[in-house]
Amino acid sequence: MIREKYGNLFEMYERITAENPYDVPMRIYPAMHYTMGGLWVDYNLMSTITGLFVIGEAKFSDHGANRLGASALMQGLADGYFILPYTLSGYLATAKLGQVSIDSPVFQKSESQHADRVKQFLSIKGKRTVDSIHQELGKLMWNNCGIIRSERGLQHALEQIPGIRKEFWRNVNVLGSEVEINQALEKAGRVADFLELAELVCFDALERAESCGCHFRKEFQTPDGEAHRDDEHFCYVSAWEYTGEGRRPVLRKELLEFEYVTPSQRSYK
Amino acid sequence: MHLTLYVWRQKSASLKGKMVRYAADDINPDMSFLEMLDVVNWQLNEKGEEPIAFDHDCREGICGSCGMMINGVAHGPRRATATCQLHMRHFKDGGTIYIEPWRSRAFPVLRDLIVDRGAFDRIIQSGRYISVSTGSAPEANSVLVTKQDSDRAMDAAACIGCGACVAACPNGAASLFTAAKVSHFALLPQGQPERQSRVIRMVEAMDREGFGNCTMHRECEAVCPKSISVDFIARMNREYLRSLLKG
Repeated sequence: MIREKYGNLFEMYERITAENPYDVPMRIYPAMHYTMGGLWVDYNLMSTITGLFVIGEAKFSDHGANRLGASALMQGLADGYFILPYTLSGYLATAKLGQVSIDSPVFQKSESQHADRVKQFLSIKGKRTVDSIHQELGKLMWNNCGIIRSERGLQHALEQIPGIRKEFWRNVNVLGSEVEINQALEKAGRVADFLELAELVCFDALERAESCGCHFRKEFQTPDGEAHRDDEHFCYVSAWEYTGEGRRPVLRKELLEFEYVTPSQRSYK
Repeated sequence: MHLTLYVWRQKSASLKGKMVRYAADDINPDMSFLEMLDVVNWQLNEKGEEPIAFDHDCREGICGSCGMMINGVAHGPRRATATCQLHMRHFKDGGTIYIEPWRSRAFPVLRDLIVDRGAFDRIIQSGRYISVSTGSAPEANSVLVTKQDSDRAMDAAACIGCGACVAACPNGAASLFTAAKVSHFALLPQGQPERQSRVIRMVEAMDREGFGNCTMHRECEAVCPKSISVDFIARMNREYLRSLLKG
């Protein structure tokens, strides 16, 4: 029965640890698995950009503050099977879709912005590798915005991130060129994004002065160490509006209304 | 651990490549093979040399991105193990490891250890869609699948499309991959409406891409990280014949 249900997980575990979980107890410890949230969408799964639909885990909703295993499949399937067939076809039926040419000024502007960014990465020629900056940011987030968070830690992270970002844009060294496959260049683009995203995650974790789902704030726990919810003050989705790099995003609260069930503290006991 | 690596370096598809020697020092035996390459790449990067390019993503053996010839064997010496699941404890300290990209006419090298597996995508695309109703959840018991069929379909669906089967095959055949995909849908009720046209199209696409023919060496099965059985190749051949006769 265990082999039938968990055979693939046990096999993965054996490859990593060189221990056979059918014979010896498994060694398990808590770790970050996923970052909640994603692009804001409306009930039709359309983002703030008209015609841009976001489904699956790229969008924010469905599983709330906690994400259990295999939710990626659930979210992708639910959106793809049940929602998009109605909403996307509804949009296509009513939208006026004209011809879009690559000569359009919007396209030209976007293309030149991206080309400039790639040139910028390659021209910094500093002393730090992309990986070393990625690791510095990762460690900061792991320690201060990971499984256990606190006001002090989050404020510390928010003080440090702008410095790492500055270091990245002043002192990163991306080798190679843009004409062939360049994984360091690809990674530089990702890390530049992470430097913004990390700050957003910290803003959000600091603002939510409660513990809820996977968001555990040290200051907000019950006497026996469980998450202490505060539904009176935090029963909303935090939608953060982007206002430019390095600038504080604006919080838009979307209230959650529960008619039949009420949110309650989850017990793992 | 201290290892000597010989790695295939090739700047682009049109340029000639060669094996280059590297020292992999201070390798922890509990590192995965890809983590070992990460360490080598950090060291190269620090020295101002361009890192070794290789494909990777999930690093837990479920996405099919990674894959390389390790001492001449696709995904290396361990059975049922993708490159990312292979750990350095299985190599001898002080030993030499030869690392090359998948070798197949249908998988041109793009850079270093990265090959273009677009041929697999085109085989999948040729299989087209399946006809199912969307928009609302179907009643759970309206489509019945026997446990036996469900298990067999699941075994076929375990294929992650890494391409090791092609790399290991003396003929460069993509039969195991295509057979897994064909069988997955042929076994399930949801795959029935297009059952005939799908196998014909996918086999034709496979031939068009320049893959070789299967002559049952079973090298594919031996290196497959998901232990896909060559039984599925027999099933694909049967499906193909059935469709030709019915067609």
